[in-house]
Amino acid sequence: MSSDLRDLYQEVILDHGKRPRNFRRLDQPSCSVDGYNPLCGDHFMLDLQLDGGRIADIAFEGAGCAISTASASLMTEAIKGRTVEEARQLFKKFHRLILCEAAPEDGPPLGKLEVFSGVHEYPTRVKCATLAWHTLCAALDGQHGTVSTE
Amino acid sequence: MTPVAAATPTGLDVEAVRRDFPALHQQVHGRPLVYLDNAATTQRPRQVIGEIVRFYEQDNANIHRGVHLLSERATKLYEGAREKVRAALNATLAREIIFVRGTTEAINLVAQTFGRANLGPGDEILVSAMEHHSDIVPWQMICQERGAALRVIPVDDRGDLILEELERLLSPRVKLAAVVHVSNALGTVNPIRQITALARAHGVPVLVDGAQAMAHMAVDVRELDVDFYAFSAHKMCGPTGVGVLYGKSHLLETMPPWQGGGDMIRSVTFEKTTYNTLPHRFEAGTPDIAGVIGLGAAIDYLHGIGLSRIAAHEDAVLAHGLAALSEIPGLRLIGTPRRRAGVISFVLDGIHPHDIGTILDREGIAIRTGHHCAQPVMQRFGIPATARASLALYSTREELDALARGLRRVLEVFA
Repeated sequence: MSSDLRDLYQEVILDHGKRPRNFRRLDQPSCSVDGYNPLCGDHFMLDLQLDGGRIADIAFEGAGCAISTASASLMTEAIKGRTVEEARQLFKKFHRLILCEAAPEDGPPLGKLEVFSGVHEYPTRVKCATLAWHTLCAALDGQHGTVSTE
Repeated sequence: MTPVAAATPTGLDVEAVRRDFPALHQQVHGRPLVYLDNAATTQRPRQVIGEIVRFYEQDNANIHRGVHLLSERATKLYEGAREKVRAALNATLAREIIFVRGTTEAINLVAQTFGRANLGPGDEILVSAMEHHSDIVPWQMICQERGAALRVIPVDDRGDLILEELERLLSPRVKLAAVVHVSNALGTVNPIRQITALARAHGVPVLVDGAQAMAHMAVDVRELDVDFYAFSAHKMCGPTGVGVLYGKSHLLETMPPWQGGGDMIRSVTFEKTTYNTLPHRFEAGTPDIAGVIGLGAAIDYLHGIGLSRIAAHEDAVLAHGLAALSEIPGLRLIGTPRRRAGVISFVLDGIHPHDIGTILDREGIAIRTGHHCAQPVMQRFGIPATARASLALYSTREELDALARGLRRVLEVFA
């Protein structure tokens, strides 16, 4: 594979795309939001279990491409157990990473989420990488129903 | 690439044709471009681009109103293009040709005029299950407004329309049936002559969405016996932003005007306006004059080569491509219709079409991925999206071989 394709399809992304973690529905979620990308048909349902200001549990189900599925999977791993504030800070950092902008200093480190650094070279795939995160933000903002990338 | 003979057995010199299309000769991500997204839009030949430039440089003026020479020349070119469209469709009269922005606008025009004038509560419009959103939504909107119902002609597992079901759906309540000539999502070529014959027996007019047909086969609206035929210039080597609505004159004449404005009127006072005759009644405002002239040039170009030669060439490339793709492990065709035009829709086991598209792009291969603005078809086949390769007269066997190689690369990445 050419090196730039490997920048996008890193092993971790291929792995999470094929075997997404936290891929299930929660029994009694505090909130559930549908995320939808009408351009490509990707569709995820995100469930959150909030405990005070903390995200006690998070899970998702749905169908999407390798990038959007891996992003949703890695997101659930990254924010499970974190506070709502930390989750928002992570999204800010993640978004900067995707757009190749300088990351803010504060907040938790990106860790494994760094594997999405290659996405900025593929502008048409930015929405794939951020679909789950936009869905998460809608859930944290108390929105219900379906959020769309468009 | 292996050298090709000057002329293929179908009599089309594809290398000569390719030389007419400047956009084909470029590198994409360091690879020669393999353009297989022709169902979305085709490329344009120098002959079309040159005609548009020539118009702007030499004849540019508004039409139908100036007494000066440039306006006279512009009007002559614009109306000349209308005559070219008439001849290409074998329509009876030039005034049956209405210039619009594209297929979508043509269908909206019929829905908003013919539909509004003829639909009432309890009436029905028929559409097929393989329609593009542009041949669903305008009908949904007018049905909702008029209290009418939208009924769907189903599609079988191969991707062919079930004509017995169409027969069953036809009734005095049906005011119009709208079907696509060539499906952009499945490649199905619908048997329009049979459909119009069935509909005619019930007195039901038929609108055909010809967007995917015009660049690939000869279309004779009288032989097909269609009442309305809609298409876009940009899918037949012409410019974007221009399209055509053909309508039988006896229907167009009874339809109320749609958009009001200049050119569509005969006289205006604040008390009363009388409307212009066909075709101007449906062409309010200054149209895309250069675009219409470009469409005329595209028709000259395609018909100069010959639609039957183009169809034979594309059929040969299509057969070669289908054979090459049949050897890709895990590849499943979506749509295996009895008669197929140059559209191949497919999925790969466990790999999302979007990822296929990105990897092929890095190989220089342009295809379309997604629902192709035909979500009901995707639902019919139980998939969210497909990858789609679509051909044009300049497509080659070597390009389909490159697609097959690219797909093996996709399998490697996801191995």
